[in-house]
Amino acid sequence: MTTAQTLLTIAVIAAGTMLTRFAPFLLLRGRELPGWAAYLAKTLPSAVMALLVVYCFKGVDFTSAPFGLCELTACAAVAGLYVWKRNTLVSIAGGTALYLVLIRLV
Amino acid sequence: MQAKAVRAAVRATLPVLAGYLFLGLAYGVLMSEAGFPFWYPLLISSVVYAGSMQYAAVSVLAAPFDPLGTFLLTVMINARHLFYGVSMLREYRGAGKIAPYLIFSLTDETFSVNVAADIPDGVEPRVFYFWTSLLDQFYWVAASAAGGLLGSVLTVDTTGIDFVMTALFVSIAAGQWLAGSEHRPALVGFTASAVCLALFGPDNFIIPAMIVIVLALLALRGPIEAKEVRGA
Repeated sequence: MTTAQTLLTIAVIAAGTMLTRFAPFLLLRGRELPGWAAYLAKTLPSAVMALLVVYCFKGVDFTSAPFGLCELTACAAVAGLYVWKRNTLVSIAGGTALYLVLIRLV
Repeated sequence: MQAKAVRAAVRATLPVLAGYLFLGLAYGVLMSEAGFPFWYPLLISSVVYAGSMQYAAVSVLAAPFDPLGTFLLTVMINARHLFYGVSMLREYRGAGKIAPYLIFSLTDETFSVNVAADIPDGVEPRVFYFWTSLLDQFYWVAASAAGGLLGSVLTVDTTGIDFVMTALFVSIAAGQWLAGSEHRPALVGFTASAVCLALFGPDNFIIPAMIVIVLALLALRGPIEAKEVRGA
């Protein structure tokens, strides 16, 4: 690619990304949110957080050793620490530290 | 009041700082190894600001010029952002002049921080959202530029540090689970995503998962809203 083509490609990527971020706001510009949109706005946050967690597992191979056990164990540690301490930073730091140790041992 | 908002935003974005520092550095190094000077990652992190797409774009930029294909690929990889917009509709629509920046900078991580935010008393939500969004982007841009400058000088073994993002999402999901009694949306999200990942594979599962999630949530609207009215 020439420099101009490279810059144009970057502009296209920026435009595509912004389309996905601005679309809900542009499409639902009216004053009052329709009932289904208000309902989705309330229920989507926890559904999409589950989607994000699964998304993080997309590169993990569950069919051969160690069968994603490092990731699953560390995620269980994050959730467990959160339930115990109710502190996001503690659970992230603890789970990540455990993961770093696990992948170097297994 | 600004100082209080900034302090709260710094605390809320600490996990993102850790994650963006390593992922941003790694992105800059990758770009430098692909032959791009540091101002390319600096520019791209400033105007595109979408982690997974930027990683995919390293090979796009090395391939022949294909604007239409690039546009479609971008929309597919970033389609999940549609859900963040829908989730933040009320909060961001009321943010006035800064709303366009809040929407522009709505990454996976900024969304996670803002949707789960425990905003201190006396801090206006939109001011808090503004600082978390700006700080997150600052971490990302600074780290990618630094990675581009340092290039392959970096030889520290940071394998696995990106798990900090997974941990961020898991802890927020745990917090959401404990915060309410309605768990069906989370179960729908998890089941639909896991089944679609198994069926469609890692590169093609997001859009089918999004469609199934919306349809399943809409199908459950009656029971879920009835439960809410009962005050359960």
